[in-house]
Amino acid sequence: MHPAPSIIAFTTLSGLGFGLLIFRGLGMPGVTGLVAFAFFAIGFALAGGGLLASALHLGRPERALKAFSQWKTSWLSREAFLAAATFAIMGLYAALIVFLGVRVTLLGWLGALAALGTVVTTSMIYAQLRTVPRWHMPLTPVLFIALSLGGGALLAGQISFALVLLIIAGAVQILWWWQGDTRFATSGTTMATATGLGKIGTVKAFEPPHTGTNYLLREMVHVVARRHAVKLRIIAFALMIAVPLVLLLVPFHHLLGVLAVLSHIAGVLVSRWLFFAEAEHVVGLYYGMR
Amino acid sequence: MTELPKSTHKKLGLVIDLDTCVGCHACVISCKGWNTENYGAPLSDQDPYGADPTGTFLNRVHSYEVTPDDGPAQLIHFPKSCLHCEDAPCVTVCPTGASYKRVEDGIVLVNESDCIGCGLCAWACPYGAREMDAAEGVMKKCTLCVDRIYNENLPEIDREPACVRTCPSNARHFGDFADPESHVSQLVAERGGIDLMPEQGTKPVNKYLPPRPKDQWGEVDVLGPFLDPVAEEPRGFLGWIDRTLEKL
Repeated sequence: MHPAPSIIAFTTLSGLGFGLLIFRGLGMPGVTGLVAFAFFAIGFALAGGGLLASALHLGRPERALKAFSQWKTSWLSREAFLAAATFAIMGLYAALIVFLGVRVTLLGWLGALAALGTVVTTSMIYAQLRTVPRWHMPLTPVLFIALSLGGGALLAGQISFALVLLIIAGAVQILWWWQGDTRFATSGTTMATATGLGKIGTVKAFEPPHTGTNYLLREMVHVVARRHAVKLRIIAFALMIAVPLVLLLVPFHHLLGVLAVLSHIAGVLVSRWLFFAEAEHVVGLYYGMR
Repeated sequence: MTELPKSTHKKLGLVIDLDTCVGCHACVISCKGWNTENYGAPLSDQDPYGADPTGTFLNRVHSYEVTPDDGPAQLIHFPKSCLHCEDAPCVTVCPTGASYKRVEDGIVLVNESDCIGCGLCAWACPYGAREMDAAEGVMKKCTLCVDRIYNENLPEIDREPACVRTCPSNARHFGDFADPESHVSQLVAERGGIDLMPEQGTKPVNKYLPPRPKDQWGEVDVLGPFLDPVAEEPRGFLGWIDRTLEKL
């Protein structure tokens, strides 16, 4: 799949933002006033900025509001719905804390639940696609939740939570890569089933429909950049898990905290880039490519 | 709404005969022509006369080389357009309700004024049947020429999809698969029509007729051995030329 910068930025930033809002909703850290305002502002900026970035890749962004209508069937619509709900609930919750110093616990829990739900719906947009075997597995939502919670704990300054959650996220990430590598082969979709010609003999793409490229190849067949996948996996893992863990274990300093957060974000960006660049869509089989 | 209908009154679709398709791409051109001039946004081209032309097409013809274990390789031309699946994954993923499957005839369509161009339906389709138009920013797909098949302003003979109407080798057939007596249902029964990627669970309506069996290696005529070359070494004048040229 084409690793569009807007979608990579969206899933990374909004995942972190909603993760932070989950911890804020649960009352961590229990700050009020200006400090609380800063935490909420970062959460809303990341989550909202991510959503804005995702709107940039629409062909018709001016019609984006229509996406709220199909929550019964569409995960993308559900995501829009829950994101809006999160902003409404957490907005009210934040305003009460910042301006009145009152924390309504139930409202916070509700907001945290909505934020968690938004991350789940984001992941289900990818996990639902049978056409991309690497994404089509139960571990995909687990990975998105683990990274969102790990990054959220890191941003919220919850060191003990962050330590545990980052280790879990790292384990899930490795398992996801390991399982994902065999998904295309086990999906059962091959050039033989795609063309239905497998019963006759070995199928080979002889001639594409056109000499140039097209929307399908640009969007769904991204072969070139997979070459450095292994190196990039190591870089992603080091930046998003290993470096923050080390920085959290040494005696705490605010500068180290900032470094841990920046390193984590950079790592998740690399991991998300691989999430798209390594994913193979079955339509590539019609072109003899993957 | 993007909920799929439980069943449709008719199941309109195409049968594509891989035995008779000659790969002339006439269906590609007639499709582009009709669907650029009629229903919905035109199918745009980018840099059409330049070095790197691309464009939106609703129907494309691939060619495959298939090599049996015990026979010569075969070249099979393979037209591909929307298969108007019964369980269309492109419809349910749509966040705006722009994609829908019609209850009356099963045609999968896009309401272009509701499409936000998110591209998720194209990701959900295993067949590459949907293409985002780069000029219009909305998703385009085969409409089964919905503006031809019911169009009473056209002569009756023209009330079928443009690709079917134009095919010079009769490799494309249009009809109702819900009716077991229809021309297309009978063709599928007779020739063993198949689904593409059945494991994807899309239940495509369009069917493909596999190529009929071809000649095999080993069927040598009884007179064949008599056609072996008789003169192994050239003699006479030609032999002299051969030897002389060899010495040079």
